[in-house]
Amino acid sequence: MGQTIKVGMADLNICRAPDSLTTIGLGSCVGIALYDPALKVAGLAHIMLPDSTQIKNNSVIAKFADTGILKLYNDMVKAGSNKYRMVAKIAGGAKMFELKSAAASSINIGDRNVQASKAMLKKLGIPIIAEDTGLNYGRTVILDGETGDYIIRAVGKEPKTI
Amino acid sequence: MAKLSFEEVNELYLDVLKEIGNIGAGNATTAIANMLNLRINMHVPKVELLPVEKIGSSIGSEDEIIVGIMLGVEHDIEGSMMFLMDMASAHLLVNRLMMRPSDYDADFDEMDLSAIKEIGNIIAGSYLSALSSLTNMVIMPTVPYVAVDMAASILSVPAIQFGMMGDNALMIKTEFDDEVAINGYFILMPEEDSYNKILSALGMAV
Repeated sequence: MGQTIKVGMADLNICRAPDSLTTIGLGSCVGIALYDPALKVAGLAHIMLPDSTQIKNNSVIAKFADTGILKLYNDMVKAGSNKYRMVAKIAGGAKMFELKSAAASSINIGDRNVQASKAMLKKLGIPIIAEDTGLNYGRTVILDGETGDYIIRAVGKEPKTI
Repeated sequence: MAKLSFEEVNELYLDVLKEIGNIGAGNATTAIANMLNLRINMHVPKVELLPVEKIGSSIGSEDEIIVGIMLGVEHDIEGSMMFLMDMASAHLLVNRLMMRPSDYDADFDEMDLSAIKEIGNIIAGSYLSALSSLTNMVIMPTVPYVAVDMAASILSVPAIQFGMMGDNALMIKTEFDDEVAINGYFILMPEEDSYNKILSALGMAV
């Protein structure tokens, strides 16, 4: 059994088998998992917002889908992987509150985070082989460096592996 | 004219928010005490400016299940607000409201969630009327929504909202006690334009 490395909000990390990566309580944020099955190198990013170019204070790279996924990809490449072997799985992007007011423009940010993550992965040429996104509940995810399994836990639900 | 960034908001603004928190908590205390027929005291709330990445763990552990009540805010300012409390506090308030024994802790049903929304309404309304009278602005809450989930998941909503403006978030801690102890956090999330309106109305140049 390796260790489980924690990835915080607006943070990213990579690991090698037998280690695993985890991030706790994804709400509207999205957890992007990259995995290279040949090298058994895994990467996980916990992004909060879709687009760094629309925000003035964008110094925290891992906060945004565009810059965060690019950094995660580059870190995977540095660890020896390449885009022909990498696969992606994504989770999160929930709508935690069913707010309907006009002011709540940011409330559907979950969906926008998912779309932005997909767009960035497409741009990098990494296939998304599984996803568990949307709906209205939080998710804790674990990316197993040994198998590439992406395990999703939610309150009051059976854990599921994608 | 130099525009204050969210980060440059000074001690003065924190003090004003604390005062709003105080008045709001005072109003809320009276309202809750009347509704539940309880004797409650309120602690001076703590106002914290936290890095957005830390919000998820600001209340307790990230995977602790908490109750979040969210309301939209509209009229003179636009935005949203949230009131958060731990499960023990939520059970306590609901049990009291539903006239159940205080140690009842089954999962919340639809009725309980309605009761929580009502409590959220009262607490949020109390804060908003304090903010309203200090700023001379008309501020109306929308219908409340409630979520019972992991702290980090619920707090990702304000984290994202604040994350759009900068790297820090403001959280107002509120403690009620005496007969009962209730720990709550209150977060006001104005849209960026409204945030400047609040500062102007409070006499702070932006």
